[in-house]
Amino acid sequence: MTSLWPRIEPILAKVQKPARYIGCEDGAVAPEHAPSKVAWLLVYPDAYEVGLPNQGLQILYEILNERADAVAERSYAPWVDMEGELRRRGLPLFSVDTHRAAADFDLLAFNLSAELVYTNVLNCIDLAGVPVRAERRGPEHPLVAAGGHCAFNPEPLADFVDLFVLGDGEEVVGEVTEVVRSWKAGGRRSREGVLRELASVPGVYVPSMYDVAYDGPWLRSVTPRYPDVPERVEKRTIADLEAWPYPKHQLVPLTEVVHDRLNVEIFRGCTRGCRFCQAGMITRPVRERPARQVRELVTAGLRRTGYDEVSLTSLSSADYSAIEDVVGGIVDDPMCQGTVGVSLPSLRVDAYTVGIAAQIAKVRRTGLTFAPEGGTWRMRQVINKLIREEDLYGAAESAFSQGWQRMKLYFLVGLPTETDEDVLGIAELARRCAAIGRRHTGRVTVSASVGGFVPKPHTPFQWFGQDTVAALRAKVNLLKDAVRRDRGVSLKWHDPRATLAEGLASRGDRRLGAVIEDVWRQGGTFQEWSEHFDLGRWEDAMARHGLSVDWYVHRHRDEHEVLPWDHISAGLHKDFLWQDWQDALAAAVVEDCRWTPCYDCGACTGYGIEHVVASAVPPAGGSQGTGQDLSAGGSVPVALLSGKPA
Amino acid sequence: MRVRLRFGKVGKIRFTSHRDVARMWERAFRRVAIPLAWTQGFSPRPKLSFGLALPTGAESVAEYLDVELAEGAGVDVAALPERLTPALPAGIDALASAVLPDGAASLQHEVTSCEWRVDTAGLDPGRLEAAVTAALAADSLVISRERKGRRADDDVRPGILACSVEGLTLVAELASQPRALRPSELLLAIGGVEEVRVRRTSQWIERDGARWEPIPLPPEATDAPHVVARAS
Repeated sequence: MTSLWPRIEPILAKVQKPARYIGCEDGAVAPEHAPSKVAWLLVYPDAYEVGLPNQGLQILYEILNERADAVAERSYAPWVDMEGELRRRGLPLFSVDTHRAAADFDLLAFNLSAELVYTNVLNCIDLAGVPVRAERRGPEHPLVAAGGHCAFNPEPLADFVDLFVLGDGEEVVGEVTEVVRSWKAGGRRSREGVLRELASVPGVYVPSMYDVAYDGPWLRSVTPRYPDVPERVEKRTIADLEAWPYPKHQLVPLTEVVHDRLNVEIFRGCTRGCRFCQAGMITRPVRERPARQVRELVTAGLRRTGYDEVSLTSLSSADYSAIEDVVGGIVDDPMCQGTVGVSLPSLRVDAYTVGIAAQIAKVRRTGLTFAPEGGTWRMRQVINKLIREEDLYGAAESAFSQGWQRMKLYFLVGLPTETDEDVLGIAELARRCAAIGRRHTGRVTVSASVGGFVPKPHTPFQWFGQDTVAALRAKVNLLKDAVRRDRGVSLKWHDPRATLAEGLASRGDRRLGAVIEDVWRQGGTFQEWSEHFDLGRWEDAMARHGLSVDWYVHRHRDEHEVLPWDHISAGLHKDFLWQDWQDALAAAVVEDCRWTPCYDCGACTGYGIEHVVASAVPPAGGSQGTGQDLSAGGSVPVALLSGKPA
Repeated sequence: MRVRLRFGKVGKIRFTSHRDVARMWERAFRRVAIPLAWTQGFSPRPKLSFGLALPTGAESVAEYLDVELAEGAGVDVAALPERLTPALPAGIDALASAVLPDGAASLQHEVTSCEWRVDTAGLDPGRLEAAVTAALAADSLVISRERKGRRADDDVRPGILACSVEGLTLVAELASQPRALRPSELLLAIGGVEEVRVRRTSQWIERDGARWEPIPLPPEATDAPHVVARAS
């Protein structure tokens, strides 16, 4: 079967944003398929404009297409109007590169960056013409794979996905390709056979190779069905980011997408130890890209793409040890003609960071965004986000005095041990930042965005019972009242009902699969989009399958409970996480272990790798573990731990 | 220095929007390192202006943009199309260029009509011919259309300057002043026909009894088969 384009083209006049479906981006390829090559369809299970910029997908797209034995194309979840047109005409999910039917590929590989896309995964499998449940698939069907951060609790999708890939994908996609290639060469005989072989590739988890036992509502065990299947699947980690300078040809979309700029990854991993942050926990250790390579990627990327903005991406970009060099180099580069903007997502909160931002703002001044996450120093000690009020006010003073007029602050509510005082602290911080701003400008706006906290697997908060919708609403209302009369402060909040649905999928076990399937069958796709989200579908489905929302979401877990992801390893010792949880409850903090002694979380020692930094000297002026005396902050005395107690 | 460029938009890329095309041009100028003049003010933009928006999904061999180059850019204007085309996505081809005299009016202001080829479905050639003849014979053709979010009944007959039939294809000249009549509105006025493929073939400036294109298409720059093949 070749291109479906002649049948897709006439539909495009009938749908919104038809450019989502044409491909043709700069950097896109039209690879030549052959029986000897393994064909991957990389699927981002959300709208094109959200999925196109995804760096993980673009990295694998390039790496696979560079191989002689593989081809890779891309697909994105068709928007609801397009899905309707496709289904009416009996047309399947297709690749945007050569408009080939999804079922013609050997693997459908999904990127899971958020839990609420799970119903879209099912919809894409179904639209591909492939049975949604893995057990109903035969050798003629593609293998369904998934990776990305949500794969660290694969159980809710275990019924639908043949294999999960954990951690960095750069190396393991090649190993999976080789297994699938020999399966194809041998005439694609037993599906079970190839899956069993894949189960012994490090970093690959094949859920059908495991038996799950329950004891009433309690999970008792997840055990391998064969001796050659690992009891515990370890994530993959590339030790040296320098060896993987991808994407070399970042896709330049023809139509509007999020993050529409050059993106250069400057490091992977984070060691700040924010206890709510799954990304920071599962991507350890820190691996920085050498400054020279960052500069090369920026220069070559700008020249090739024609972008006038570059984002230096990571989990906390101001922590990159060579950040000043790199930012200065870009801003002063004559090639950039003074017109290239630099953006640093996830700014740290301090005046030093504003200094970097000011250097950047010589070119273009956008809003400044900081994430204190908690409203009081006590709360921030609990979550180990060690931003002192002085840091924040210093940042505000620095920013507003240098001409900024807008400041955005991100917060979480529903955190462990949170009181009304902590919640109201959010309003207080925002109000005082606005007051600082008014000393410099008459038009200051400070917006506080408030999200409901969802406990995530492989974090110290994985044992914590999530706040109910009613509790989250009450906290948001408290804040609404507190800022009502404050001109300079605006409040935005995330729908607590969506927070609940995310919580279900976040820590669900295999029994959640039936619920996800049910929600999908009731038409619940694009659940990340408020116009399509409907909590009622989730609650009804839970009830129909005899499962308790309270048990899955709001219940505190204890130390000895078997967690659904205990057989999946991000390298972190469970006793480290438990100790960190106990420390959190005692508001005891840990420093950034990049620059201080090891706490033995397991991520470095377990994999025999270490933090890789671009400069031996910590960045100046940091607020955490970089030379500042944190004990001065706040009213509650703090004991800085120099190491974990044994 | 202000420069006017004529370009085509054919193949798959016709499904991108007018705004998308504007961004493609900004990136293309940066890729070939031709500096543009920038607007002043809080959020400076490069000085690029486009003529009448082409509907998303329509092709064209007669699109235009006016661009102001940075002072002292030292650019060979005649060579611009061959420099810029490789820096543009497949399907967008720079076809011709010309220096704009000082004080030249904007495209939106100057262009009085556009010529379109519209492939249709829904009526056989004989009935299509008859429907067009009837439409042209009418004193008025009132259609209900949405403009700026409001429904309005408008007489579009004065905007249809010419319309002939070649098989299932309409060749029409539609006024763009005082406001532009779209090919889809022509089809609505004729009735019973659906749009299959639309292509703008010319934009015309008519003044004092004479008419000319903003930049005529050089004889070698046609939508030759290789151009179409490259784009689709």
